[in-house]
Amino acid sequence: MSDALSHRKGHNRWEHFPHGADAGLRGFGATREAAFAQIACALIAAITDPPEVSPIERVTVTCSAPDDETLLVEWLNAIVFEMAVRGMLFSRFAVQISGTELQGEAWGEPIDVEKHQPAAEVKGVTYTALKVQQRSDGTWFCQCVADV
Amino acid sequence: MREGELPWSQLEQIGSAEWRLPPTGPMRVPGVIFGNRKIVEALDEKVFEQVANVAALPGIVKASYAMPDAHWGYGFPIGGVAAFDPDSDGVVSAGGVGFDISCGVRTLLTGLDVAAIEAVKRPLADALFARIPAGVGSTGEVTLSSAEMDAMLVGGGVWAVAQGFGDAADLERVEEHGCMPGASPECVSERAKTRQRKETGTLGSGNHYLEVQAIGEIFDPAAAAAFGLVRGQVVVTIHCGSRGLGHQVGTEFLRDMAAAAATYGIDLPDRELACAPIRSALGDRYLKAMRAAINCALANRQVLTHLTREVFSALLPAAHLPLLFDVSHNTCKVETHEIDGGTRQLYVHRKGATRAFGPGHPDLPAALRDTGQPVLIGGSMGTASYVLAGTIESAGLAFSSACHGAGRQMSRHQARKHWRGRAVVDELADRGVIICSPSARGVAEEAPGAYKDVTAVVDATARAGLARKVARLRPLICIKG
Repeated sequence: MSDALSHRKGHNRWEHFPHGADAGLRGFGATREAAFAQIACALIAAITDPPEVSPIERVTVTCSAPDDETLLVEWLNAIVFEMAVRGMLFSRFAVQISGTELQGEAWGEPIDVEKHQPAAEVKGVTYTALKVQQRSDGTWFCQCVADV
Repeated sequence: MREGELPWSQLEQIGSAEWRLPPTGPMRVPGVIFGNRKIVEALDEKVFEQVANVAALPGIVKASYAMPDAHWGYGFPIGGVAAFDPDSDGVVSAGGVGFDISCGVRTLLTGLDVAAIEAVKRPLADALFARIPAGVGSTGEVTLSSAEMDAMLVGGGVWAVAQGFGDAADLERVEEHGCMPGASPECVSERAKTRQRKETGTLGSGNHYLEVQAIGEIFDPAAAAAFGLVRGQVVVTIHCGSRGLGHQVGTEFLRDMAAAAATYGIDLPDRELACAPIRSALGDRYLKAMRAAINCALANRQVLTHLTREVFSALLPAAHLPLLFDVSHNTCKVETHEIDGGTRQLYVHRKGATRAFGPGHPDLPAALRDTGQPVLIGGSMGTASYVLAGTIESAGLAFSSACHGAGRQMSRHQARKHWRGRAVVDELADRGVIICSPSARGVAEEAPGAYKDVTAVVDATARAGLARKVARLRPLICIKG
């Protein structure tokens, strides 16, 4: 996508794609777990610049869903919930998936308006343009749209 | 209609600003898109696809509509209107209401001249910005206990007034007289309530705002007089919704409805159209939770109204700030409509569309009944906002619905590449608009140029007969979330 914003580190990277009033999110990774962690960075990047968020506090989340795509939405919505309730932003994520269960970790810090200049809160993650796929080279790709 | 099909050749123009998408494939009813040729030509192809998908849902009545500010949403288009009949296996859709349940607009009259505001403009802007919690992570000063939360979810604006936020006189100027009946806090999850605990009385972020606006051109003097709108005077407009509670209710029921659709025999062309039969346990639970979220939004706007009045009374003690009206533009409501010569109770979804009852409607307060419902159309910081009035013919056109705002023409990250927040603030300051926001990036993403021309949208709405123009408002101060 020519006007996608992105951040790359080996196979692992994230990007945004345009979607009307909302934010299109993509994550790429060597594994499904890495792609899920990357798209979480894309979620944060819809709000603030992730490098501005110091990963000093760890929050754990668990969720489950019958398929990968629903699990992706559950994972991102769990992060949205933690951000809203804790008043935090995150910048580093780790994901473990076992069957239909996901265990995730998010590192971040309390929102500092001056420092983070948060632009818009994410209201929720939708099922629009939702994909979780393993590509022909064995790496993983996931995408969805967040309502902001 | 599935991805890749171009709809333009299929569209039939049926009015000066009305187009028909004939039913094909699984569509049970036609699509109807409002807008002049320029607006309709510029619509994202996905809007047509989404209009067609909604037209395929069970129990849909008459047509799947898109207002002139329609744009690509999720499931339903933003600017989408659809009514469902429970007697024909009709559905209720969490995707058809959206995440920000009962997001809406209210406008307060001040009776003050622009000159009075100009004399205190900067201190007024600073005081409003200090008093109105705005932006990501902001918290309100009302922290609700579990019992208070449940009372708020049942009582809405009525609860807020009883707590001392605003006047009893406000309530008749709010849809449902400030309290959505049929709400059940038991149907709202603990997670949703937790998310709301500190968010009552907050503006939110993104396209939410509080604006102090000058009344400019008057298009309909009689309606303007009935609404108390006087050229050269000032109003205050608040745009926000049901905050974290509504977002969480939307999130959870989207998930539950998407998972359950197959068990109800509903084939979803897009998972985001997540819905359940109105007469099902899940549909009933959603309606009760959604109505609680509507009350949450009404209470939220009532608290913000109170804070606004406090600021004005400190700086401009002569001002009273009565409420002109409060509209919600993300809802599903049970309404009586005439269909084929009879009346039916329908579940009308408006997602980014404003209810627009015409003159004589029994649900309007006596003072507005002869004129029709005020229809409040939000602007985009630098441009205009509009006050419209409902028309009688709108009932037959799109279940008494009208547009809700300009609609974006540019995504947030495209906007971020085009503008810097500081420059937007400076440019608007040169044009006499003070912008206060906690986030420069947020201002860039909400730059006026990222939105469509609201005047073109409003003109198309009026030309189509969905509502009639009453007055144009221009911003003086904008508190941006």
